[in-house]
Amino acid sequence: MPARASTDYLLRLADTSLILGQRLAEWIGHAPALEEDLGLANVSLDLIGQARLLYQYAGEVEGKGRGEDDLAFLRRPDEYRNVSLVEQPNGDFGCTVVRQFLFDAWQLEMYQGLEASSDARLAEIAAKALKEVRYHLRYSSGWLVRLGDGTQESHRRVQGPLESLWKYTTELFSPDDLDLEMQAAGVGPDLEVLEAAWSRQVDDVLADATLVRPADVPYGWFGKRGEHTEHLGHLLAEMQVLQRTYPGASW
Amino acid sequence: MVDEQPVRIIAAEAGEDSVWAVLRGVPDPEIPVLSVVDLGIVRYVRMPGPQVGITPTYSGCPATEVIRASIRSALAQSGYPNARIEEVLSPPWSAAWISAEGRRKLLEYGIAPPNPSSPDEPESCPHCGGRKIEMISQFGSTPCKALFRCLSCREPFDYFKCH
Repeated sequence: MPARASTDYLLRLADTSLILGQRLAEWIGHAPALEEDLGLANVSLDLIGQARLLYQYAGEVEGKGRGEDDLAFLRRPDEYRNVSLVEQPNGDFGCTVVRQFLFDAWQLEMYQGLEASSDARLAEIAAKALKEVRYHLRYSSGWLVRLGDGTQESHRRVQGPLESLWKYTTELFSPDDLDLEMQAAGVGPDLEVLEAAWSRQVDDVLADATLVRPADVPYGWFGKRGEHTEHLGHLLAEMQVLQRTYPGASW
Repeated sequence: MVDEQPVRIIAAEAGEDSVWAVLRGVPDPEIPVLSVVDLGIVRYVRMPGPQVGITPTYSGCPATEVIRASIRSALAQSGYPNARIEEVLSPPWSAAWISAEGRRKLLEYGIAPPNPSSPDEPESCPHCGGRKIEMISQFGSTPCKALFRCLSCREPFDYFKCH
């Protein structure tokens, strides 16, 4: 029987896309320019679309009759499995660009790995998403270079978030038992190989942006195991309020 | 509709070709000048049923659900009340799936069609044919479009992104 991703593994991917999609949607109507409002909203839309495909599949693999809405709107913060990076607050536009760049560069490598997954359905979803991810990375790296290599003020406002967000990248490349199990089954990529490719990409763009790469920290947050920062609860409270107040409500 | 019954019988007997003909009349909700067939999102039609396979242009494209509903209702009106619409993800849609007819319609409508030889920008302005253009925004009013400006006629225009 061909290997199949576990529900938990799919939820990590789905939650990660959904939470960042929700974060970016907070920018709608608030971005510094109309073009950026459109840009962030479009990236958000792609991410939520990816999340839907992954939730539908996760619900099928789980086999308990839970659909995409149940998984998105009726789980508690500690049941969420997104990486901690994506739940961090937007901050200003510079901070959002930094978070997006670190994420896009990771997602590109991750999904290239998943495109070769032994789980055919997951491979299809990844292949579909990759076209979008490449486009997102162009957007975020373009902005990172413009801000980093812009004025003293714009430089300061991306270097700062780079330093404060860097610690959340440790998790992206620190495999736990589930990552290793999926890797052994050929479902997921080897995170160490991923880290090397990510690092090269990040270094190239940081150099163009005249930004300094922060030092790695020996510790990390593990949102993917359900250990979240305090920000996720607030985000979910807003995102889930309708379903929590009117259970089963639909359009 | 004067009399739907005869249409229903003829269509049901004619099979696949007539289903394709119905689909050629279903517009894309965001770029109504294109049919879903021009856009290249119909992957197959299988009889009986019919079963219609469609693929999304972008994972989160909100038009996908409207498209399903429009296909379903167009087929029902043409005598196929039991059509099954299936989502196909692989191989992923790309701009290469847009038909030659679709590219021509886009251009006439004022949208620069995808440019595979240099994917990041359109070949020329759809209004005046000028080749000196600049990007206004990498993202546009729908997931599939970016915004450009012609430096000759100064008109802004949409570019159908080349994914």
